[in-house]
Amino acid sequence: MTDLISTVIAKYNYWIYITLMMIGLYAMIAKNNLVKKIVGMNIFQTAIILFYVSIGVKKGATIPILEHGHGPDAHHVVHAVDYINPLPHVLMLTAIVVGVATLGVALALAIRIYNNYNTLEEDEILAQIREK
Amino acid sequence: MIWPIDLAILTLVVVAAIGALMVKDLLGASVLFGAYSFMMCLLWSIMGAVDVAFTEASVGAGVSTVFFVAAVFRTSRRTRD
Repeated sequence: MTDLISTVIAKYNYWIYITLMMIGLYAMIAKNNLVKKIVGMNIFQTAIILFYVSIGVKKGATIPILEHGHGPDAHHVVHAVDYINPLPHVLMLTAIVVGVATLGVALALAIRIYNNYNTLEEDEILAQIREK
Repeated sequence: MIWPIDLAILTLVVVAAIGALMVKDLLGASVLFGAYSFMMCLLWSIMGAVDVAFTEASVGAGVSTVFFVAAVFRTSRRTRD
């Protein structure tokens, strides 16, 4: 039992990431307002990006910028253990930009829906569609 | 990574996320979402991902919040949940 508890506490960050993901998923499924659904989608996206960035972290490493790369005493021996892994950062940089693009499209669609139905609530929109 | 700061900001992130989803006003939700994005940006600078952090600060917190406020301005602030 103490073994299990120590495992859970040692990996506390992963538990919080999963909690954030589930908050976003709950908002996407259960919220009635379209803007709230879009906020939930963004929370889900950033939680996944946070998970990926946290994979690249190393203990005792510094940010991925080469030390001693310039000047008269420049030498190019690179120890990978001294630097945080930059590959997830580069991939997630693209994911952030794509996330903002999807946010813009989603909000544009929400504005069009509001202009047509004069409401942002999902059940009112569905009731108006059924009436027609 | 310094774990007390990491844990404190992670709790703030979860609180901001729940607040953005629970508040009964869409303008308040967009402002709380901006706060959430800034907390996320702090978290990434703690993890050493400085490039991701400043992209999130400009694009995620800045442009997303502007989009949300513009969308709320063009529609309505009313929400039932």
